[in-house]
Amino acid sequence: MAEVNWHTFFFLVAALAACGFAIAVVISGNIVRMAFYLVMSLGAVSGLFFLAGADLIGALQLMIYVGGTLVLLVFGVMLTSGGPFARMKTPRWQWALSIVLAGWLLAILLKTATSVDDWGSASVSRSHVPPEAAPTARAIGLALVGVRVDRLAQQNQDTQAGMAGYLLPFEIVSVHLVVVLVGAAYLARTKRRKQPAQFPQKSSTQSL
Amino acid sequence: MNIMNILTQPVSLSHYLVVGAVLFVCGVICMTAKRNLLGVLMGIELALNGANVNFVAFSSRFLRADGQSAIGLDGQCMALFVIVLAAGEAAVALAIALCFYNNCTTIDVDQASELKG
Repeated sequence: MAEVNWHTFFFLVAALAACGFAIAVVISGNIVRMAFYLVMSLGAVSGLFFLAGADLIGALQLMIYVGGTLVLLVFGVMLTSGGPFARMKTPRWQWALSIVLAGWLLAILLKTATSVDDWGSASVSRSHVPPEAAPTARAIGLALVGVRVDRLAQQNQDTQAGMAGYLLPFEIVSVHLVVVLVGAAYLARTKRRKQPAQFPQKSSTQSL
Repeated sequence: MNIMNILTQPVSLSHYLVVGAVLFVCGVICMTAKRNLLGVLMGIELALNGANVNFVAFSSRFLRADGQSAIGLDGQCMALFVIVLAAGEAAVALAIALCFYNNCTTIDVDQASELKG
């Protein structure tokens, strides 16, 4: 009996978890359950990142996405829920239209993903050897500062000139984050609410 | 046996792209079919993660037959920027959702029709 490829095994576990919980997010009607399923799905996606050799991105996915963005989303769910078990049902025809269009998109994407021969063949020599540790933190850190250590062997001078690092996008994203924080804090500041929070009711046009 | 056949084959790039496609399409369905504004936001996060899976898969050198990654470190840096920008966008979108809830006492996007032409 041939040896089990453990990389494939863990990939299947993580991929089925990610896709399964994503489908659960779509199907579920309760917003709190949707948030939890999303947490599980993105955790599984982080596992996929680790399996592909992107260790820094996998760790950042857990820290920033699961530990930050989704916690923020859960806070939003807490602050905007109309009642303990409120469910908002979408009409059947909207579900049907969404699923038809999304199914069409999925068919196109799957056809494209499986059509290129180069993408379908994995590294044969590594079929029984797990991927070696490939720490990417140093390379990514240096790329963010401006030095592309993975492209040092580039001989063509014209191409070499264009291989600057990611310093400019890094600075732009930093400023962007400052603007986002200030903007979000200002938008979400404490204001007078129209009416005290009650169980679901029709919106009123009276002002305080 | 079929299961053992699957478990002995190495995983290739197209497997990752299939996972990315499924995540993206689930995000698209959430964006279009959920009435809760936070459900729409969750769909946005799912779609962004589908794209991230694609980026990281193309940057990996373990998924191709020749041991060379398609786009190398560029894919991981793009995924990094997508993660950071998605976090920022989620913060602003949640601030808007809170404002909407405070003004209309509902988080239902179907009720957001005051500006309808």
